[in-house]
Order: sequence, then structure tokens, then C-alpha cells
Amino acid sequence: MGGVGVSYKLTDDPLVLAGRTFKSRLFVGTGKYSTFALMKEALEASGAEVVTVAVRRVDLSKRSGESLLAYIDTKRFMILPNTAGCYSAEDAIRIAHLGREAGLSNWVKLEVIGDEKTLFPDTDALLTATKVLVKDGFVVLPYTNDDPIMARKLQDAGAAAVMPLGAPIGSGMGIQNPANLRIILETVTVPVVVDAGVGTASDAAVAMELGCDAVLMNTGIAGAADPVAMAESMKLAVESGRLAFKAGRIPKKLYASASSPFQGISR
Amino acid sequence: MTLEINGEVRVIPPVSNLLELLAYLETGQDRIAVEINQQIIRRKDWETTPVQELDRVEIVQFVGGG
Repeated sequence: MGGVGVSYKLTDDPLVLAGRTFKSRLFVGTGKYSTFALMKEALEASGAEVVTVAVRRVDLSKRSGESLLAYIDTKRFMILPNTAGCYSAEDAIRIAHLGREAGLSNWVKLEVIGDEKTLFPDTDALLTATKVLVKDGFVVLPYTNDDPIMARKLQDAGAAAVMPLGAPIGSGMGIQNPANLRIILETVTVPVVVDAGVGTASDAAVAMELGCDAVLMNTGIAGAADPVAMAESMKLAVESGRLAFKAGRIPKKLYASASSPFQGISR
Repeated sequence: MTLEINGEVRVIPPVSNLLELLAYLETGQDRIAVEINQQIIRRKDWETTPVQELDRVEIVQFVGGG
């Protein structure tokens, strides 16, 4: 990578996760859109190949409602069911199994939530559920915190990636602990996907500049005033951040270092 | 017969198996998963799995989420 005549190309560097290859390093959620049609447009603009969905009871009172999946081309987008709303390992394990049973994927975005206000993960329960689901044949992508020790434990438990939060889900606060993300990147060998807290393009770019392998977001796009424009923005930000990371940035210096030569100044 | 379906107690005309129940409820068959009394019932077993009085049935689907 780098060198005379050899410049890094995004297209030569796909994301490899659990044995599958992805051109896009942006994963997006399908929640919080005002209409399914808007969601469909935003998903397309994002360039994402992986989209998350939640598992919920069928509303039996609505005989012919609109269905989410009618707006998602499952040949183009890989469906990643989540276990959102689960506060125990047992619940998450159950929902993961139901999600798999609905027939689209044995991948699961594993969430075991510890607290309603912050939606931070219950890492104890998360680890337990990860072990069980790995044994049950799932490809487990756990939503975790920014603790490198936890990341290592999840990897050892067989997680296919680790997904540390940037900031609380839906908070838009960006990457709150870049130092820890860097340490997590040094600690694990599985892909690191920043999941949660991305609010605008620069947040996604920062995550990728740190060296993260991908970014997952929902509210950052769906909650924007113009979700389709924001989806495109995030697509560009993730690509831009990855390019910057691979291009090798200049170091930060306290003092200036002139860009133009000292010699030949005309006086 | 009386069943608890998706958390609601309902009285419905008798059905003998899960496939019949789903047909009565008009859920369609695609992209859903079903539990009876906390056991997932595989799709291939829907027709042969009986539905009994006071069974707790959960029928789930994919919805938007992050």
C-alpha cells in the first residue's frame, strides 16, 4: 500500500466480515423513518449493503398494512436482525432465534441493554448471550461499550466482529472515546464496527480515520431533516475516512512547517 | 377456543393446527416466525403442529430498527 505508482484504492479493499465481502463499510438501520418510501430512498443513497431490522409482534388488527420488507430488495441488501429491546441474555437469545427463524439470516446484531436512559449494553449478559448464540450457529455481531477488555472477551467468545458504541444510541454525540477505540483496534483482530451515536458526517469520518472497519448508524440518517442527503453524506464520509486512514496522515505538530521553499525568495 | 396470541387473550373458532390458525389470522406465511408456549415452531411443522386450548402463541415479523 503506497509507494511509487501504487496508490491505495477503496475498491481493492473491501470489508471482510464472517467470510463475506462487502464493498460498503456503512451499515444502516431501518427504524425511525417517517415513511417506508423515504427509507428506501435513503438506503439506496447510503450505498449500504447491510441493513438492520428489529423483530416485533405482528399487528394482528391490521389486516393489510404496509410491510417493511416490501421496501427492501433482499437481493441487494443483507438483512441483519437485531435484538433491540432485550434486557436479558435469555430474551436476546430468544429474539435472535426468532429472527433467524423468520428466514433471512443467521447473522444477528446482538443487543442486551442494561439501562433505559443510556441504552448502554449489559456486558455480562451480552457475553453470556454471545457464547450461547455462537454455539447455536449464529454469526454474532455484539453491540458493546468502549472497553477493550470487553471487546477481547467478545472476540474470544466467538463474535464475528465487535461493535463498540461511539455514544448512546440516537444521541448524535459522535465519537466520545476515540482513544479507547484505538486501543480496541489494537486489542482485537475481528472487524471493529462503530455502532451508535453517529450524528453527522464528520463523526463517521472520525471513526474510519481511527482505523475502524465500518460504521453502523440509524438515527443519524433517519432523524436528519433530509435523510436522503444525509445518507449520501454518510456514504461519502465513510469512504473519505477510510481513504484518509489508509493514506497515512501527517503527524500533528506544535509548530509550523512551511509548505513553500525558503530558497529563491525575491526581495 | 381460547388462546393468548401476541399477548392478547382471544376467543376464536376452533383450529386444529398452526397453519390453520395463521390462515384464520391472515398473517401470511412469509418472513414470520412463530412460537407456541415459548417453543419456536419450524415452518415445515406448521401444518402438523396442533394448537390447543390456552396455548400462548407469539407471531413476529421484521420491522424497522437500528
